[in-house]
Amino acid sequence: MDALDFFPEAASTQATSTDFILFVLIGFTGIVVLSVLSLLVIFSIRFRRHSAVRRDDPPEWMKRDLEIGWSSAGLFLALFLAWWTSATELSALIAPKNALEIHVVAKQWMWKVQHQNGAREINVLHVPVDEPVRLIMTSQDVIHSFFVPEFRVKQDVLPGRDSRTWFQATKTGTFHLFCTQLCGTEHARMTGEVVVMSGPDFAHWLTSQPVSDDLTREGEALFRSLGCSGCHDAASRVQAPALAGFFGSEVRLANGTSVTGSDELLRDIVLHPREHSVAGYPSVMPSYAGIVGDEELLRISRYIHSLSPSPEGKQP
Amino acid sequence: MSGATILVRPLTPVPESGNYLTAGRTIWSWLTSTDHKRIAILYAISITVFFFIGAAAIAVIRFELLTPTGQYISDDTYNKLFTLHGVVMVWFFLIPSIPNTFGNFLLPLMIGAPDVAFPRLNLFSWYLNIAGGLFTLYAVIAGGVDTGWTFYTPFSTMFSNSHVLAAAAGVFVAGFSSIATGVNFIATIHMLRTEGMSWMRLPLFVWSLYATSLVLILATPVLAVTLLLIVAERWLGLPIFDPAHGGDPLLFQHLFWFYSHPAVYIMILPAMGVVTEVITCFARRRVFGYDFMVYALVAIAGIGFFVWGHHMFVSGQSPYASLVFSFLSFVVAVPSAIKVFNWTATLYRGSVSFEAPMLYALGFIGLFAIGGSTGLFLASIPVDIQVHDTYFVIAHFHYIMVGGSVSAFFAALHYWWPKITGKLYDEAWARFAAILMFFGFNFTFFPQFVLGYLGNPRRYHVYPPQFQVFHVMSSTGASVLAAAYLLPPIYLIWSMRWGRAAGDNPWGATGLEWRTSSPPPLHNFLNPPKVEQQPYAYHPEGRGPVPGSRTPYRTQDQPS
Ligand code: HEC
Ligand SMILES: [Cu+2]
Ligand SMILES: [Cu+2]
Repeated sequence: MDALDFFPEAASTQATSTDFILFVLIGFTGIVVLSVLSLLVIFSIRFRRHSAVRRDDPPEWMKRDLEIGWSSAGLFLALFLAWWTSATELSALIAPKNALEIHVVAKQWMWKVQHQNGAREINVLHVPVDEPVRLIMTSQDVIHSFFVPEFRVKQDVLPGRDSRTWFQATKTGTFHLFCTQLCGTEHARMTGEVVVMSGPDFAHWLTSQPVSDDLTREGEALFRSLGCSGCHDAASRVQAPALAGFFGSEVRLANGTSVTGSDELLRDIVLHPREHSVAGYPSVMPSYAGIVGDEELLRISRYIHSLSPSPEGKQP
Repeated sequence: MSGATILVRPLTPVPESGNYLTAGRTIWSWLTSTDHKRIAILYAISITVFFFIGAAAIAVIRFELLTPTGQYISDDTYNKLFTLHGVVMVWFFLIPSIPNTFGNFLLPLMIGAPDVAFPRLNLFSWYLNIAGGLFTLYAVIAGGVDTGWTFYTPFSTMFSNSHVLAAAAGVFVAGFSSIATGVNFIATIHMLRTEGMSWMRLPLFVWSLYATSLVLILATPVLAVTLLLIVAERWLGLPIFDPAHGGDPLLFQHLFWFYSHPAVYIMILPAMGVVTEVITCFARRRVFGYDFMVYALVAIAGIGFFVWGHHMFVSGQSPYASLVFSFLSFVVAVPSAIKVFNWTATLYRGSVSFEAPMLYALGFIGLFAIGGSTGLFLASIPVDIQVHDTYFVIAHFHYIMVGGSVSAFFAALHYWWPKITGKLYDEAWARFAAILMFFGFNFTFFPQFVLGYLGNPRRYHVYPPQFQVFHVMSSTGASVLAAAYLLPPIYLIWSMRWGRAAGDNPWGATGLEWRTSSPPPLHNFLNPPKVEQQPYAYHPEGRGPVPGSRTPYRTQDQPS
């Protein structure tokens, strides 16, 4: 068991500013509450039933002035605190532009994380230190909430929409990840950890992750739903090239140039098929510009990879 | 000659016909009585039963939380127990507690009326409350509800496999009981004030009931609508909150908190009224700043309607909406602070004694001050992000609702017990229970502030081992608190049998309720009293109280 902690570690930039606000609030409210409660005790004792002290009325004007005085003092204190904490909040509202984007999907009762290169993890989130990280989160069922106490970051994750939050870790180490929105039976077990690594360690970790098969399956589904399979499947009546082995092979374009099958080319063909029509086929492929984004291309690419008989792209 | 030596002749001699307690002795005579005093007793009995049901649920939970691994009950049982605790304590104990027992009993007495405006509606509201309670108990017996008392969608409408509909029906029905009570109190205060009882002569407990009733009738219908929407989605399959069909889960939270934040004031405003009556009586001093106390009550009730979004800072609502709600939440703290200052100032140059009701009231002020000021932490968005849905929030609202409202409930119980039963309880035991309750409470809930900022989420059956020490403290404190709650039923019931006769006005208080016999006769006053002055003439204007004296300078029906 760890040593007794009374205060959580501060491991992000937000943590430091939140703690500062907390201390100021403790200071202000502490002074007010302690002085009122001390007066309560002092008056109780000094004016106890049988003590011989002065008890006549203070003058009327004093009563009124006191009342107006502390009412307005209270109001000003409240307005000041509201303005000050809101100002701090506003400045931290929007994530920096260069933030590293990571996708999180919550479901009963696990956290699924997907990095930009397709690497996936469950109930663990690896992030680099000293770099802003933006989380784009959604839920597949009920409302969950992403909470890392050491970062002072919490954000509900709702179905049917993207919830965003961001943080910048300032310490390497492993921190708790909790779901804080009651989400059913195993709500309390919907926990995980956030692993903060140095930049190079993170880069190394990221590239050494196996890219999971889920992407391939999602790519296949897209390949069908977008209608690619209608032309490119072997059984199709449209005369279109089979895509197995596309990556790495020589592709002769109708304009006479010759290029190698790559993610770049796939993107060019899908978005601008006219300009990159393949020699020897009718140029009937529609443009998917505006329909297919990077996310989808990533998955389709994985699926096309899996069609080729090469060892790394084998389909289970 | 000091005014304090004037002897006060009771307005109402004990009538030949006996009092309201002896007016009928069969169970049937109780179940069909439209006497506000008897209905108050019916409520007292039913909320006591619900209180101990809710307490039993939490006792199991506090025992389970002694260890981090959750070994005695299942995850589902745990979720059902805290849901039971929340639903029962909020809707079947706290909301009806002070208004429906002491409010019912005292409101007509304090304004010199023979009964409330609609006595039969009053009885009906008790039956509605019981019907709601039975629905809820059915839900429990049938297998329980696991959504938390907050019923968040889409979990409650599309995913939970528990008895959400029965529980929602229970709360829905109980809501109509609240509305009936609110209407009744407002009509009573408008129509039945006795001669001379102008608005600015109303005792502050009556003002607090008035403010509470306004909130009850304006907020509760929204709860009813919200629950109907839950039924519509869960039972009829209408996609209201389901985003897959164009619904919005956040809509539920807006509606729910539009009711449930004001509901906090339903629980605390009457408590403030009670504490004001008790403090002024045992300090033998006029209430400091009566006018401001009235304005503060109304301001809290009014502003309280515009702060609900502070429950939703991390929900995904617009950050700009959050800023407005944050601002208003800071503002709503001001009138509460004014009340705390005024209570404290009422003691100044008083003649303070420390009987049990006063101990509870002083305890209330301390706990309410802590509960209220931690509300400022929750109003500030960055800190709220950290502590939202953690034990910090649990600690905060228990300081308000248990440290505040329940302490005030016990203050009221001890203050008016002699009036209600005509008997005096054992003062030493009562003081001991009050002190035990105060320490047991702090012992239970203070560690939870620390636990919350450390990050332990609420509604967690299992938790990381480094939090255990705080849970052990909390559970130990809870057993002290439980002992403190078990004492009053024992010595109070004992007093009914063996206690000394109380007399009409054992505390030497000034209100009209003390000017009739204890227990009061069936129709409260044989002749309607005439009010001659403001309610708290414990001492002559300009001169302070006579030390050691218990005699009021002027009761409300005596000319100054
Ligand atoms: C209407 C039929 C049709 C649809 C739908 C279609 N394509 Fe094509 N696609 C073709 C034809 C015909 C060619 C070859 C001629 C050309 O490039 O214009 C082609 C060429 C390609 C090539 C180059 C193949 C090679 O071997 O060089 C790729 C890669 C490709 N398509 C991917 C896709 C993807 C991915 C989709 C779905 C998002 C898709 N296509 C949808 C008809 C189609
Ligand atoms: Cu969850
Ligand atoms: Cu609130």
